[in-house]
Amino acid sequence: MERLSLSQALSSGQAFKERIEAASGVTLSRCYQCGKCTAGCPASSGMDYGPRGIIRLLQLGLYEKAMRSNTPWICAGCQTCYVRCPRDIDMPKLMEAVRQEACRRGIVGDKKTEVFDRAFLRSIERFGRPHEASIMGEYNLLTGQPFKDIMSGPAMLARGKLALLPSRIKNISEIKKIFARVRAKGGEAR
Amino acid sequence: MKYAYYPGCALETTAKEYDHSTRLVARHLGVELWEIPDWNCCGASAAHRVDHLLALALPARVLALAEEQGLDIVVPCAACYNRMKAVEKAVRESEEMRKTIEEIIERSYKGSVSARSVLDVLINQVGLESIKAQVKRPLAGLKLAAYYGCLWVRPPCITAFDDPEDPMTMDRLVEALGGEAVPWPYKTECCGASLPTARTDVGLGMVYQILRRAQEAGAVAIVTACPICHLNLDMRQKQVEAAFQEEFNLPIFYFTELMAVAFGYSPKEAGLTTHFVNPLPLLESSLERRETA
Repeated sequence: MERLSLSQALSSGQAFKERIEAASGVTLSRCYQCGKCTAGCPASSGMDYGPRGIIRLLQLGLYEKAMRSNTPWICAGCQTCYVRCPRDIDMPKLMEAVRQEACRRGIVGDKKTEVFDRAFLRSIERFGRPHEASIMGEYNLLTGQPFKDIMSGPAMLARGKLALLPSRIKNISEIKKIFARVRAKGGEAR
Repeated sequence: MKYAYYPGCALETTAKEYDHSTRLVARHLGVELWEIPDWNCCGASAAHRVDHLLALALPARVLALAEEQGLDIVVPCAACYNRMKAVEKAVRESEEMRKTIEEIIERSYKGSVSARSVLDVLINQVGLESIKAQVKRPLAGLKLAAYYGCLWVRPPCITAFDDPEDPMTMDRLVEALGGEAVPWPYKTECCGASLPTARTDVGLGMVYQILRRAQEAGAVAIVTACPICHLNLDMRQKQVEAAFQEEFNLPIFYFTELMAVAFGYSPKEAGLTTHFVNPLPLLESSLERRETA
């Protein structure tokens, strides 16, 4: 079994804890680990730690483990845990804060969701709106599943639900500037 | 009654029947929708996973465009709606954040207009009585599961619309249209948003649970109010059936399509010809039953 020095982890991670708490508005010590969040989480089957586990890791100062966990990436942000939490902890916001903190360090907890999100955002930066066909192409290539959902293509085309060409907004320079300014402020809008 | 209208990206492609039927029933009920010119994607569901400021700035540009006209925004997508509500809350709570957002989008944004769902405006503004008065062809004998998903009702501190665990707005609408709304436990369960696409192994199971519970409750179809929910339940239904070796064949309607049909429009006029699970046989049998009755 892995040995961990908790007192050391806690003291060295003070700055990290403060940033996570400020970004999420969550006071980590408020959670008393009842587990209602994980019990009601519709995506928990795909998670390694689950929401209760993540907040426990953070309470113990094991930030690196939390950032390398797939849980914040699998979280769909459905807000069920937040609504049911008896301590009113905004867990989805906490997941967001952990994920964004990990992004800043180049840590990826789940490659597939990460690739999808990035492809989606790149498309918005280019066209102002997402272009599904190119997002799926990029996602399939970068995740090594070249034929994924390929059968949906013709059925979607037949129903007029897949645009071959992107829908571009006229004032695209305005969108590009939004991305650039967020980056200039230290944001992660890669 | 005039509102700014933000269709959002899905309504241009995968959910074009939602766009079509929303405009149709709004016009029918005397609600004027002014489409925001040159609107951009709000960034859901990816931006907030990556960067907080980007996630606020993208929908803020849309809000600023509506604010120029002094109009509240009607939004058909739950994810867009939720992101706009997050912006409204952020600027209400912090003047500093409001200024930062203005700086990033290079537009004036005071936070004076509000995003509302199509469902909210039609049911709470137009009103169920006015809707009932327009029903020419009641959805008699149709047992329907009203499915709200997550982001219209959660978290209530930003949505302030109906109950987060047991909302009834759409159930009441179904009844007003002459159908029967079945009670069921998964009405606000999450469809997985982008997970059925990005992590099929996790996401398909989420869709399966929803289809399964609706069928167990005796519903012959599901009614949705969100393009992402619809995409996952309708387009991915065959895939779910194959993965779980179970047949559902449950048509998935937008509530606006059912309103149009009940108001007397043909299924084609209501936009019902582009679904993956064909809803026409079910509608036709319901209409026949009513006529022979």
